[in-house]
Amino acid sequence: MSDPLVVSGVAKSFTMHLRGGLRLPVVDNVSVRVARGECVVLGGPSGAGKSSILKMLYGNYAVDGGEILVTHDGETVDLARASPRQVLQLRRNVIGYVSQFLRTVPRVSALDVVAEPLIARGHDAEASRQQASALLDRLNLPHALWSLPPATFSGGEQQRVNIARGFITEHPVLLLDEPTASLDAQNRRVVIAMIDEKKRAGTALLGIFHDEEVREAVADRIIDVTAFRPAREAA
Amino acid sequence: MTGEPFYNFAYLDEQTKRMIRRAILKAIAIPGYQVPFASREMPMPYGWGTGGVQVTAAIIGRDDVLKVIDQGADDTTNAVSIRAFFQKVTNVAVTTDTGAATIIQTRHRIPEHPLIDGQIIVYQVPIPEPLRFLEPRETETRTMHALEEYGLMHVKLYEDIARHGEIATTYAYPVKVEGRYVMDPSPTPKFDNPKMHMSPALQLFGAGRERRIYAIPPYSDVVSLDFDDHPFTVQRFDKPCALCGGDDVYLDEVIMDDRGTRMFVCSDTAHCDGRRSEGHVGKQAAVEEARR
Amino acid sequence: MSDQPLMTARGVTKIYGERIGCEAVDLDIYPGEIVAIVGESGSGKTTLLNCLSARLAPSAGSIYYRMRDGRLQDLYAMGEAERRFLMRTDWGFVHQNPADGLRMGVSAGANVGERLMAVGERHYGRIRDTALDWLERVEISTDRIDDRPNAFSGGMRQRLQIARNLVTGPRLVFMDEPTGGLDVSVQARLLDLLRGLVGELGLAAIVVTHDLAVARLLSQRIMVMKDGRVIEHGLTDRVLDDPREPYTQLLVSSILQV
Repeated sequence: MSDPLVVSGVAKSFTMHLRGGLRLPVVDNVSVRVARGECVVLGGPSGAGKSSILKMLYGNYAVDGGEILVTHDGETVDLARASPRQVLQLRRNVIGYVSQFLRTVPRVSALDVVAEPLIARGHDAEASRQQASALLDRLNLPHALWSLPPATFSGGEQQRVNIARGFITEHPVLLLDEPTASLDAQNRRVVIAMIDEKKRAGTALLGIFHDEEVREAVADRIIDVTAFRPAREAA
Repeated sequence: MTGEPFYNFAYLDEQTKRMIRRAILKAIAIPGYQVPFASREMPMPYGWGTGGVQVTAAIIGRDDVLKVIDQGADDTTNAVSIRAFFQKVTNVAVTTDTGAATIIQTRHRIPEHPLIDGQIIVYQVPIPEPLRFLEPRETETRTMHALEEYGLMHVKLYEDIARHGEIATTYAYPVKVEGRYVMDPSPTPKFDNPKMHMSPALQLFGAGRERRIYAIPPYSDVVSLDFDDHPFTVQRFDKPCALCGGDDVYLDEVIMDDRGTRMFVCSDTAHCDGRRSEGHVGKQAAVEEARR
Repeated sequence: MSDQPLMTARGVTKIYGERIGCEAVDLDIYPGEIVAIVGESGSGKTTLLNCLSARLAPSAGSIYYRMRDGRLQDLYAMGEAERRFLMRTDWGFVHQNPADGLRMGVSAGANVGERLMAVGERHYGRIRDTALDWLERVEISTDRIDDRPNAFSGGMRQRLQIARNLVTGPRLVFMDEPTGGLDVSVQARLLDLLRGLVGELGLAAIVVTHDLAVARLLSQRIMVMKDGRVIEHGLTDRVLDDPREPYTQLLVSSILQV
């Protein structure tokens, strides 16, 4: 059985048309393979393109070249060339993503933000909310906040909502962009435990963790993204 | 007065009459459909029945017997002047007796006496378009008729019920003719709507200012629109006519004095007179009889 | 996600004399998906919306719609009666100015009930119950059912217009700047309501907006128009976070940050 996520030769650059077509290469020849039950961590200094890599793997950034093969239920799709609808389907069923920042929606409560991915996959709304409650409870988000829209929450509170939203589903591939950055020690340990559970359940995880404690605890392998530095800076 | 040499029989020239008759024939062929016609200036103001007058002028012959009513009465200003007009320009026989008439021109009523085969009733129509109340665009209402999109008509009835608890439209109550066109029966009270259904008489409608003619051929299906849970009903009067004692007729309210004494009498004066000459006596009539 | 598009447009072009309204636009809309059309005034987005919604015959190109029975029908080849029936049953059209989509002279209840009556509902009680239900769903107090929309605020009118459109359970809704002209707080409420209804009813929608925040919140896919042409299209977050075309980059960089 092939690995759920196989990335090979992926390149990314930005062309800044508003600055006279300035081309900024970000990464080149990115090759990563993540097996079921494995947590691979992207390492390297800030600005090396770690977040950009995750965004490409989620279809949020377009790629210049290379392959992003996502395998699920025996079917392999190259996300680098997938249509928008295929990407949406992959996001719904295969690839989960916990971003650094929560994008809030006006008037939607924290609980519903967390439950939404399950409901979108056709789960019962009430059962989904119960699952969401359990997760928020586990992440120690005060009950008083559950029914409020997270727009006014602190960074740590928003991040916990975001983590709960990312972990509530059973996506076979999970991308984590610094999920523990603004958490205290207690909640970091909760997240480490949750990642361990995902690994045991066979989820393929690819993440960025600046916190050394967390990285040591969850990483099976660390890939230094400076290896993907573009060959030469463009003129 | 000898001859009125300047006017053709029935005032309109023969070509105009032919034009109007062609419109009438088309209207009869498409029951309830408003046929445009080249309405002429008539020697009376719009609102006085210029549409009905042109229809009557186009169909009247020397052997016809004409009856003209306004609000059911033969002796009101409008009725008297139109009757006088036709007497002058056709010299045909006139009558107030519904049964004796061959053509009845009317504003606001259908006579109580049942119409019969061979009679023609001509309605004067101010606004022929039943959808106009909610849709001001003529292009749109024409399309709606063409495509049989009549939901809007029920919007009006819905508003009535929402506002008044019942369908409060009491006159110009919309009907569907032969299961196809929705039509405004002119400002007749809805009391008269059932008389239009399967009437043996030919019913013609003329709107002078709006330049439309429409028709209901004899023995046509005419259904008043309604809701399943608010079916069409006609108004009932709790008292009979004060003069002739007639039941099941449409009554007018008449104020008798400054103290607000009122009586209700037949709106159809010919019908009332007929009954009284047959010896029927209403309450008020009996009082007056006794006083004499 | 159904694999058969609800609507398929190819080469849609509208020319006004010398001027191009929109040119060679291809678009597939699938059931349950929301596509945003963005661009500045005059970029052709409203012209395109009008062509797609059978309100404006294109000069060239074809638009096919999958009817409820599964047939794929050429919009502009079907009879006017069928097209109008489609427009008031299977489609909705939400105008920027609610007065263009409402009957201002009749009550809120009648506005919601009109489409039901147009498809033959003849039971007053049922029409009223449905209207009450819809007023509640769009967060209009049910005791306003007999009030006319000219007594309503802009936000309420817009919500009423939405209810009036959704009452027949359409599968495709066209929206032209649905939040234009509303206060920001009213906008947020409307957007949230729209998002909820669209998700709950599984509607497909084509939303024209110049507001990229509206596009991000409502749509999964986005088409960027300039001078009548689609210059960039793709996943909404991809286009907004990694815009490729010069014009798209300009649009995205012009958003005010709060």
